[in-house]
Amino acid sequence: MGVEFEQQPSVELSKVAVSDTHGEDSPYFAGWKAYDEDPYDESRNPSGVIQMGLAENQVSFDLLEEYLEKHSEAASFGNKISSFRENALFQDYHGLQSFRKAMASFMEQIRGGRAKFDPDRVVITAGATAANELVTFILANPGDALLVPTPYYPGFDRDLRWRTGVNIVPVHCDSSNNFQITIQALEAAYADAVSKNIKVRGVLITNPSNPLGATIQRSVLEDILDFVISKNIHLVSDEIYSGSAFFSGEFVSIAEVLEARNYQDSERVHIVYSLSKDLGLPGFRVGTIYSYNDKVVTTARRMSSFTLISSQTQQLLASMLSDKDFTEKYIRINRERLKNRYHMIIDGLRNRGIECLEGNAGLFCWMNLSPLLKERKKESELALWKSILYEVKLNISPGSSCHCSEPGWFRVCFANMTERTLEIALQRIHDFMEIKKENDVQQQ
Amino acid sequence: MEFSLKNEQQQLLSKMATNDGHGENSPYFDGWKAYDSDPYHPTRNPNGVIQMGLAENQLCFDLIEEWVLNNPEASICTAEGANKFMEVAIYQDYHGLPEFRNAVARFMEKVRGDRVKFDPNRIVMSGGATGAHETLAFCLADPEDAFLVPTPYYPGFDRDLRWRTGMQLLPIVCRSSNDFKVTKESMEAAYQKAQEANIRVKGFLLNNPSNPLGTVLDRETLIDIVTFINDKNIHLICDEIYSATVFSQPEFISISEIIEHDVQCNRDLIHLVYSLSKDLGFPGFRVGILYSYNDAVVSCARKMSSFGLVSTQTQHLIASMLSDEAFMDKIISTSSERLAARHGLFTRGLAQVGIGTLKSSAGLYFWMDLRRLLRESTFEAEMELWRIIIHEVKLNVSPGLSFHCSEPGWFRVCFANMDDESVRVALRRIHKFVLVQGKATEPTTPKSRCGSSKLQLSLSFRRLDERVMGSHMMSPHSPMASPLVRAT
Repeated sequence: MGVEFEQQPSVELSKVAVSDTHGEDSPYFAGWKAYDEDPYDESRNPSGVIQMGLAENQVSFDLLEEYLEKHSEAASFGNKISSFRENALFQDYHGLQSFRKAMASFMEQIRGGRAKFDPDRVVITAGATAANELVTFILANPGDALLVPTPYYPGFDRDLRWRTGVNIVPVHCDSSNNFQITIQALEAAYADAVSKNIKVRGVLITNPSNPLGATIQRSVLEDILDFVISKNIHLVSDEIYSGSAFFSGEFVSIAEVLEARNYQDSERVHIVYSLSKDLGLPGFRVGTIYSYNDKVVTTARRMSSFTLISSQTQQLLASMLSDKDFTEKYIRINRERLKNRYHMIIDGLRNRGIECLEGNAGLFCWMNLSPLLKERKKESELALWKSILYEVKLNISPGSSCHCSEPGWFRVCFANMTERTLEIALQRIHDFMEIKKENDVQQQ
Repeated sequence: MEFSLKNEQQQLLSKMATNDGHGENSPYFDGWKAYDSDPYHPTRNPNGVIQMGLAENQLCFDLIEEWVLNNPEASICTAEGANKFMEVAIYQDYHGLPEFRNAVARFMEKVRGDRVKFDPNRIVMSGGATGAHETLAFCLADPEDAFLVPTPYYPGFDRDLRWRTGMQLLPIVCRSSNDFKVTKESMEAAYQKAQEANIRVKGFLLNNPSNPLGTVLDRETLIDIVTFINDKNIHLICDEIYSATVFSQPEFISISEIIEHDVQCNRDLIHLVYSLSKDLGFPGFRVGILYSYNDAVVSCARKMSSFGLVSTQTQHLIASMLSDEAFMDKIISTSSERLAARHGLFTRGLAQVGIGTLKSSAGLYFWMDLRRLLRESTFEAEMELWRIIIHEVKLNVSPGLSFHCSEPGWFRVCFANMDDESVRVALRRIHKFVLVQGKATEPTTPKSRCGSSKLQLSLSFRRLDERVMGSHMMSPHSPMASPLVRAT
């Protein structure tokens, strides 16, 4: 081993490296650490922390496993072993054509055939994380901004800003109208950016919304589209939860709105998608950018060299997603199961006196604990969050980590556990609320 | 589905999206385009362009395929492996599967003859080596900062290190007079030049074994480089992506060995890039590895790896394969033998017609010397020659200019991405071409007219052939059908 050089001046890393824009110091991640250190397990650690801060979909794995049982050959390296070689060598950043076709067709199915997708506009990336960063590199220069409605997925702070040097200007939404995005809020955010001399390059929405667990109404989508047209900026629609809407008809994709307008002004619209949520395959890193802008498609494709999907995984998914009987069945059953889970948790919470935002999609609910706050302030929310984490042993995500302007809201994930575990979580909340009631009575 | 692209829309994209940083306008890619539009096939398109511009390793797939068939549990899609499907599919921790990191670290040790140890906790994933290079640039340098890099170098570095990071690459010029070795003088000169231009040098980028040279750096040079970066307190990125493609002497010495055994330095400066795309022939699987001796860089790079993680399905397969140590020993040695055989076949074949190549012991290519075939010693002449090779000899080889070589006349020729028959066809074509060129440079021909007459001669031979061919019925497979057949 070499000798240590204590007196060497430490070598500087880049500004990007030393900044904390990676966002890992947020409570969003602190809760995960608490879970990692003391994870709940039904038999081995029944008093551990239950993970309700990770939006994963584990309710439909049996369907995937059943598919593989019947089609294992097609799924692994195609039908002949000699195609292992072809597959291992395939590094074309266009991606396997069969995969792009299957992806486009799957996205159409999720939208009930109400929008068409051209496989040649599908750009592959290793996850939506990469897709969102990539699209930001293409649409904005360092110092520019994207408008993002709050509350939003905490990961955006890293994905949209860290290495790109682009800013997020929040579009504030609140409970007075169920956190819907309004034109006034968009205009206010835009004006805010202008006053700071920041150039706005686009609006980024998540539909269905994370953390709200609700789809964006068609009329609101129309308003947002009109807004970006009037300002001559882009619209990025992250539709990663599109297959997790409980009722197919309730999700309206921006693609449908564009189709109804005959694709006028569509070159400013870009859709991000991934299989991490709808299919529950976050490990496979399957993301895509679908853009109606030729130049964006070409450039995104070139940039995807930094973040391609493993050809082995493209092969598996091409096979799986082109099986229309399978995908139709999967989408339908998955929606049903998520809906049931959602009702289970909503009813369970309501029985304990806790209300949630009315949701219709996603892997989580947006829970209102503001009545429990000492003061309507972020500090009180974080204090409440800590006690829920360390005393109740539930990792849920505080609204402030999602940049919610109203304190007291929490995102609670319900699809990453068994029903039994969910029951235990609800029981713990019940006990917590009972204790709180007693304390309140005592204090009176 | 066509969408009209208005001009003003172009201005709505970022500077990064509209500049040339993607590098695709380089001649390096023109050859590929020629190949794509007319690809060689032994029966369907025997006169097509043979792809010798793509550094791929296709020589050991028979062994790998056999392994995959015999190890169905390595795939999570087979009956034997499906019980792991769910746990693998939901695993998204950016540390990567522990068995994957362990297996990769062990493989890297093996490739270096167990002369060094690698800590699996320093292994960070990336979207191929492409992603690893960019990630390191983001971690180590600010926009406008520079890395020094010896020429000639892999053209992809221009995009990988510079495009989205805003970094610069400054050349350390290497020359054929000493076999393109990196010297202390050339390193100092490059550094001084940067100082004078007020450019902040943050690091040194090294590719060992070298692409495109195919040479391995000797111990002395490696020590000189480590001493240099240590003195200047700048980072060293060592791309060892071809480490297991060594097929003869001299052997490969890794930077990890140098800092372990040969010279003391600040280890916070040392970072390795690796991948399975070249050694094992798996470019499609996007298995990029970043290994740093600097804790802060490991930590930062790991966070950035969220943008380019390796699919867990692939991590699982690779973990399984690489931990089969007996198999990996066999792959390493067989690959080495087959590469040696290929390399020898080509270089001897070229020597027979007086074409020299830089002596090399590694890589999936060799560095061919066509200086004497240049009309004049300029890059214009190199490009002319290259266009003839692409369009008439029908071989896609890569011109030295695209590798930033300081001297015209050198070409990189890849040999591991084709079967034996294609090798024979390629050699035949080169022989014929050189003989044609050779005729044009007979001593009796005055030098001043030699240049233009070379090209004219080869073109006029072709026109002659076309006239001849027109009056005969020929089989498309007959060697006489080639416009270049002008042997005696």
